[in-house]
Amino acid sequence: MATSRARLNEILVTLPSAGWLAVLFVVPALIVVAISFKPTDPLGGAGAGWTLETLRSLGNPNYPAILWRTLWLSITTTALCIMLATPVGYCLARLEKKWRQMVLLLVVVPFWTSFLIRIFAWKMLLHPEGFIKQMLVSLRIVAPETPLLYNQWAVLLVMVYTFLPFAILPVYAAAEKFDFRLIEAARDLGARRFQAFCRVFLPGIRRGLFTALLIVFIPALGSYVIPDIVGGPGAEMLGNKIAQRVFVDRNLPHACALSLLLILAVLLPLIAVLALQGAKDKARPIIEEGA
Amino acid sequence: MKRSFVPYCITAAILVFFYLPILVLVVNSFNASRFGGSWEGFSLVWYGRLLGHREIWHALTNSLIIAVSSSIVSVLLGTTAALALHRYATRLQKAHYMLIYTPLVMPEILMGISMLLFFIAAGMQLGLATIFLAHVTFCISFVAMVVLGRLQDFDFSIIEAAQDLGANWWQSTWKVLVPLLMPGLVAGGLLAFTLSIDDFVITFFVAGPGSTTLPIRIYSMIKHGSPPLINALSTILLVVTFAAVYISQHVLEDKK
Repeated sequence: MATSRARLNEILVTLPSAGWLAVLFVVPALIVVAISFKPTDPLGGAGAGWTLETLRSLGNPNYPAILWRTLWLSITTTALCIMLATPVGYCLARLEKKWRQMVLLLVVVPFWTSFLIRIFAWKMLLHPEGFIKQMLVSLRIVAPETPLLYNQWAVLLVMVYTFLPFAILPVYAAAEKFDFRLIEAARDLGARRFQAFCRVFLPGIRRGLFTALLIVFIPALGSYVIPDIVGGPGAEMLGNKIAQRVFVDRNLPHACALSLLLILAVLLPLIAVLALQGAKDKARPIIEEGA
Repeated sequence: MKRSFVPYCITAAILVFFYLPILVLVVNSFNASRFGGSWEGFSLVWYGRLLGHREIWHALTNSLIIAVSSSIVSVLLGTTAALALHRYATRLQKAHYMLIYTPLVMPEILMGISMLLFFIAAGMQLGLATIFLAHVTFCISFVAMVVLGRLQDFDFSIIEAAQDLGANWWQSTWKVLVPLLMPGLVAGGLLAFTLSIDDFVITFFVAGPGSTTLPIRIYSMIKHGSPPLINALSTILLVVTFAAVYISQHVLEDKK
C-alpha cells in the first residue's frame, strides 16, 4: 500500500511537466516526421496518402549544396570557437579572483542583450558605409568595391561572435577545476610551454571541450537568423531553406523533410559524443547545469 | 615561473571583439548621419522619433505580457519536474529526464516549425496564446535544470524535521521547501523571462497577425526600417540590461 501511494505521488509530480512536453514537444515532433512522408497538396499543405516522393526530392541538386554549406559553416564555427575559447578559459582560470569575476562578467554581459541587435550591429559595421568597411578601405586593406556583407565569410564571422561565449563558459568551468601544478610538473620534467599546454592542459579540460563542441555545433547547424540578415542568397543554410518553404513558397511536406534532415544532422554528433563520453562516465549529463 | 602572455593577449583581443560592435552602435545612435559611416554631429533626433513610434510600444507590451506569464507557468512546471527528478530514481524518471533534456539540444527552428504544424493541425488561431504555449514549452527545461542544480545541495532532512514537528504536507511545502528553494526559483524565473523576451525564431513561427513581439518588430525594422532608429532602441535596451546586471550584482554582494 505504501509503495503504491509513493508511486501515485511520483506520478502526480511528474505529470504536469511530462504531460505538457508530451503534448507540445513530442506530438509536434512526430507531426513533422509524419508530414515528411506526405505528398504536397495544391495549397502547399499535406495531401492524402503516404509517399516517399517528398524525401526523395531532397536529392534535388539544390539541397546537397546547402547541406554542405551548413555543415562546413557549423564545423568551422565550432573549431574557431573552441580554438579561441581555450586560451580565454585558461586565462580566466589563472586570473586572480577579483579580476576573474570581472572578466567573466564582461564575457557574459553583452550576450544578455538582444540576439537580433548583436547581428544588426555587425550588419552596420560591415555595411558599405559602415565603420569597419570605411576603416579597411582607408587603410587600403580592401578595395572600395569588395563587399564585406552578404557572403559566407560574414555569416562565419557573426556565428563565431554569437557562439563564442557559449564555448568560453564550459571551457572555463573545466579549467577552473584543473590543477595547474600539473603544468608546472610537466615543465619541471622538461616539457616546453606549448607542449605542456597541449599534452597536459588540453586533456585535463577534455570534458569542457566536448561540452563546448556540442553547445556550439548544434545551434550552429540550426542557424537561421544570422545567414538571413548578413548572408545573401549565396550563403543560405538549411534553416533558411526550411523557413523559405514555410513562409515564402509554401510547401509544408518539403519543409518537414528538410527538418528531418536537420534532426539527423543534430542527432548524429550528439549520439557520437554521448557514446564517447558515456564510455568514460555514465552517470553525469554532458551539458551540466549553469554551463 | 614566468607565464606566457599569449592567452592574456588573446583574451583582451576577444573582449575588444565582443564590445566593438556594441560600442559603435551606441555611438551611432547619437549620430545625425543615417548610415554612421561618418560623424555628422551629436543628435537626439532618433530617440525623439523612437518615442513617437507607437508600434514599438505595442510590441513591447506584448513581449512583457508573454514573458511574465510564461515565466510564471514555466517556473511552476519546471520546479515540479525538478522535484520529481531529484526525489525519485525510477525508470519513469529516466524517461522524464530525456523529455526535459531533449528540448535543450533541439535547434530553435525545429521547435518553431513543429509547434507551428501542431497549432495548424489542432486548428488553433495563431496569436498571443500560441506564443505563450510555445515559450512555456522551451522554458520548462531551462527552469528544471536550474532548480535541479539547487536541489543537489538541498538538505531534505529539514523537510522531514518539519514533518516530525507536526507540519502537514502543505505546511512543509509552503513554509519550508519553497522559501529555502526561493533563490533557485528566482534564478529559474529570471532565466525564463530573459529567454522569452529575447526569443525570435520560435516566436516568428507561431505568431499571428496582431501578436507582434519586440524581437519580431526589431527584425522587421532590420529588414525594412531605418537603421538609426534601431541603434537608438538598442542603446535603450542595452542601458536597461546593464542596469539590471549592475543592480543584481550589488544586491548579491550586499547579501554576502
